[in-house]
Amino acid sequence: MAITFKEVTYTYSPGTPFEFQALKNISTKIEDNSVTAVIGHTGSGKSTFLQHLNALLKPTGGTVMIGNTTITSETSNKNLKPLRKKVGIVFQFPENQLFAETVEKDIAFGPENFGSTAEEASKIAKEMITLVGLPESVLSRSPFELSGGQMRRVAIAGVLAMHPEVLVLDEPTAGLDPGGRREIMQLFGDLQKKQKFTIVLVTHQMEDVANYADHVIVMEHGKIVKEGSPRAVFANVEWLHEKQLDVPASTEFAFEMQKRGFQFTRLPLTESELADDIADFFKKRGQTHE
Amino acid sequence: MNKILFGRYIPLDSFVHRMDPRSKLILSFLYVIVIFFANNWWIYLLMAVVAFVSILASKINFKLFVDGVMPLLWIIAFTMVIQILFGTGGQTYWHWGIFSITSVGILNAAYIFVRFTLIILISTLLTLSTSPIQISDALESLLMPLRKIHFPVYEVALMLSIALRFVPTLMDETETIMNAQRARGVDFGTGNIIQRLKKIIPILIPLFVSAFNRAEDLATAMEARGYRGGAGRTKYRLLKWETRDTLATLVYSLMAIGVFALRLL
Repeated sequence: MAITFKEVTYTYSPGTPFEFQALKNISTKIEDNSVTAVIGHTGSGKSTFLQHLNALLKPTGGTVMIGNTTITSETSNKNLKPLRKKVGIVFQFPENQLFAETVEKDIAFGPENFGSTAEEASKIAKEMITLVGLPESVLSRSPFELSGGQMRRVAIAGVLAMHPEVLVLDEPTAGLDPGGRREIMQLFGDLQKKQKFTIVLVTHQMEDVANYADHVIVMEHGKIVKEGSPRAVFANVEWLHEKQLDVPASTEFAFEMQKRGFQFTRLPLTESELADDIADFFKKRGQTHE
Repeated sequence: MNKILFGRYIPLDSFVHRMDPRSKLILSFLYVIVIFFANNWWIYLLMAVVAFVSILASKINFKLFVDGVMPLLWIIAFTMVIQILFGTGGQTYWHWGIFSITSVGILNAAYIFVRFTLIILISTLLTLSTSPIQISDALESLLMPLRKIHFPVYEVALMLSIALRFVPTLMDETETIMNAQRARGVDFGTGNIIQRLKKIIPILIPLFVSAFNRAEDLATAMEARGYRGGAGRTKYRLLKWETRDTLATLVYSLMAIGVFALRLL
């Protein structure tokens, strides 16, 4: 399901002294079956942008097309439920939204709201808990007994349980240890390849962007300042530094090497690309020396 | 939620903003007490003038005050209707069963309208021009004499300032949790009362749990920074009574004297 933004603006508390324009004339398209990464400084409007993806916020100007549904400022709050089933959002620190007595009930909450019967929902809960890498025995426990990382997985399972067509992730790995971070990102990457759905990912981890994203949107002060493939966006290291954004460590390393006279055909994004490029370089040099 | 003005603070640099929060608190109380002694229009005129001059001195947009009164208009209207329908005395215009509309009833209703409006204006002025932390400092300072009767002033002040500090945080958190549950298919606006009450559970439980966690973290952090209870601490924010406070007190005292003089009319 593709999502199209046409000249979207959003203003918080319009008409009060606390008025704040968070989005300014945003136009972009999130393609079907793609992984789109949204990066930008804190307060650049990323989270506001996210909430437009399933009409939690409605634009104050312009239109958002979610699949075949058009959302404008006049769209009524009724009949948005089917839309929310299609677009699942995992908010920052999603473990804070767990509430049910058992993990099973919490995961089943979403499907039940969208009309699944109790049996169906508990079947889905069983599937989901294995999907996120937790043993089935967890299902009967209280979510508040679990560790932080496990709670995060349960919360993610609760969103996946709705079988969304678009999965929106707001910093899904924030506050996790490196191991947990890798596992969670791997989970989303695999899932996306297997089930062919759309992922929109907000993150400060440029490695994740380089590894998983097809498309990158760079936001600053409520505007899209650049978008394109990760390679195109990360090619301009100096520009990103100016915007106080990072590039993947491999790109940074290559960039520094380039300054010292090392030649790259294109800046590498991942460690393996970097390793290949360096290996190639020495291979060529070896040949010329022979 | 954005419409609620009560308890909001608008940082500006004005005569009223720079006043000592203690004097603002006392004068607001004084104003509210004095207004109940009003019994003729001259007094209301005098008090309205004082209120408007105070608002002007705060440099806050007057429209905000109107917005502050609006949500309470229903309560005011309700009280006025009761007054009009059940008032007795003076000339009777209309009479039916226990209901009657009389000249005194209408006059009382008009008084109530003015009284309510002025009280709301002055209390809105206090909250708009004084940050919550200043209010809690002022309360602590004003409650100090109660220590003589073993009232836990430090503890109450601490609780108050922590509570005020976390109001916006908890509001943000409520918003996030509501959005998260909405994204999971909860429709907050629909259903009968029981269904709606049930929908509050997925908000309330996470909110309580996170408040408990937050309290634990905060207590640990405070202990780690050497907090050992209220007694024997020094203060970072010192309240200072200045000429402008004396001036304001003078104006309000004159108003109070004026009111009691006009009562004799």
